[in-house]
Amino acid sequence: MASSATTLRMAGARNASAVRFRDPTSELPVAKWVLISIALVFLAMVLFLPLFAVFSEALRRGWQVAFTAISEPDAIAAVKLTLLIAAIAVPLNCIFGVAAAWAIAKFEFKGKTFLTTLIDLPFSVSPVIAGLVYILLFGTGSFLGPLLNSWGLQVLFAVPGVVLATIFVTFPFVARELIPLMQDQGTGDEEAAISLGASGWQAFWYVTLPNIKWGLLYGVLLCNARAMGEFGAVSVVSGRLRGETITMPLQVEILYNEYNFVAAFAVASLLALLALVTLVLKALLERVYGRDHAATARH
Amino acid sequence: MDVRIDNVRKEFDRFAALNDVSLDIRSGELIALLGPSGSGKTTLLRLIAGLDFPTSGAIYFGDEEASRKTVQERNIGFVFQHYALFRHMTVAENIGFGLKVRPSATRPPRSEIRRRASELLDLVQLSGLEGRYPSQLSGGQRQRVALARALAIEPRVLLLDEPFGALDAQVRRELRRWLREIHDSTGHTTVFVTHDQEEALELADRVVVMSQGGIEQVGTPDQIYDDPTSPFVYGFIGDSSELPVKVENGQVWLEDRAIGLDASGVSDGEALLYFRPHDIELLDGCGGCVAGTVAASRRVAGMRRVELEVGGSRHRVELELPTEQAAAEKSRIAFRPKRWKLFPIAGRSGAHLPRAA
Repeated sequence: MASSATTLRMAGARNASAVRFRDPTSELPVAKWVLISIALVFLAMVLFLPLFAVFSEALRRGWQVAFTAISEPDAIAAVKLTLLIAAIAVPLNCIFGVAAAWAIAKFEFKGKTFLTTLIDLPFSVSPVIAGLVYILLFGTGSFLGPLLNSWGLQVLFAVPGVVLATIFVTFPFVARELIPLMQDQGTGDEEAAISLGASGWQAFWYVTLPNIKWGLLYGVLLCNARAMGEFGAVSVVSGRLRGETITMPLQVEILYNEYNFVAAFAVASLLALLALVTLVLKALLERVYGRDHAATARH
Repeated sequence: MDVRIDNVRKEFDRFAALNDVSLDIRSGELIALLGPSGSGKTTLLRLIAGLDFPTSGAIYFGDEEASRKTVQERNIGFVFQHYALFRHMTVAENIGFGLKVRPSATRPPRSEIRRRASELLDLVQLSGLEGRYPSQLSGGQRQRVALARALAIEPRVLLLDEPFGALDAQVRRELRRWLREIHDSTGHTTVFVTHDQEEALELADRVVVMSQGGIEQVGTPDQIYDDPTSPFVYGFIGDSSELPVKVENGQVWLEDRAIGLDASGVSDGEALLYFRPHDIELLDGCGGCVAGTVAASRRVAGMRRVELEVGGSRHRVELELPTEQAAAEKSRIAFRPKRWKLFPIAGRSGAHLPRAA
């Protein structure tokens, strides 16, 4: 008896010391589980539940009704316009973003800080204001609007305006993604390339671009997601001409305001699906990017 | 290819990194730019390469003015301290890069590029690693690949910026010997930057000692070590001890005692006496010598390093003695430098000025 009691006490002591000497960066199991549960509950309430609601609402009257709602001409026009805008805005911002990041990361010049701040502007300005800026720039009371109009180019309340507003709002994504990456990589590789006789363009194409490709792709995905989902700025400049300047987010709002809930949620699910595809792509990329990065990190 | 640097000055934001530097580099020479950090040695190397441009002055490659040419036009090979290998290319692609980017008129066919790459890999003793990526190589191997890549374009001048700075001591020594062999077999004019004096003295035909944006001394390793022309070079190259002394009537005086060194021809006044800690003779008595009390004594490998407090001002000098020499603390030691040098302290006592009557 006595000996078993001693064993027990010793076991207790061993346990106590085990607790005292646990990994200094880890928490008590209780604290760990409480924290994880809070995070999960929060995620469920804020993310999963709404997403689930969107799909369940869309499918409330069955697949067929939902399918009919999204194969309506207006809905199809909205999908087409959204894809068109993304197809124009994303490549343009890709070029702008790489150029801006290249200039900021690889060269020293006056006003660099100012340029960096300027690139962040679309993040800090409300999209509605961005839209209003274009109204001021191209509206009937402005200088540019009537001039372009007389050349037969309608900017406001037409596709060009929607594209411009989208470009403005999505401008920072690629640049923001690349600037820290390129700054971190420095100019050593480019100097090596030009010392071997490569022209500036060759250095960019053969050396810089391969070094930034994963970051660039990631920036493009984020840019694309935002270009498809933008509401505020586009809503101001679109003029809401049905079948002409209505993008998917606008279409959702219009249908909803008309109490056409099933159709609204059907289009919304389509948009959500696009976002999900983007997210899955991003997760895949992060995996590859992470592995790639670990293997070729600077020595 | 001779390289001539003529009164080159480089300023960064008004701060002069190089002050009117002139230097002649002979064809086929292996030359070291040696100095502490901030002395301008890397700046000078980058100016020769064309990665930076001088504020004033000119650089000649042979007879042609190169200082306004771009780095691509100069045809130099540059090896970076951190290798700067292209991490997404294999070793063979890295080495062939300089040939691949040539305009199509002068670009060798693909098979020729591949052949050159494996030839150069043989030269740097890495045959068979063509398909590896830089991340799969050790530091020493990476630097060899970087050198092969620089040699592939058949440069007129080979420039190396602290090529072994990021490697550990043993690999560094090995690569040093190996670079010398490569230099001797290829005959390139080679300039390398280092802050490691052992590296410079062992490897180079001539050493350029730099400090604060200027050249202190140019000479063979022996000249630099045996006959430094300035206090900076004496202090920077090898170990040295210094002692503030006075010169009067051709004699060197430490406070009120003549220390038995002949300074005829040196003008009177205050001066600094420099000598190597190991290059001394120990004396028993002291009629004309430096005497002091041992303040600290440490055994370092094959010798004994002693700090001696000398004279009334207790100025400390360092000596290197054989291990069998007793040197207990507080005991007295008397010595005289065998080889030494005097540098007048200009301006303080008017060492070079005629004495006022």
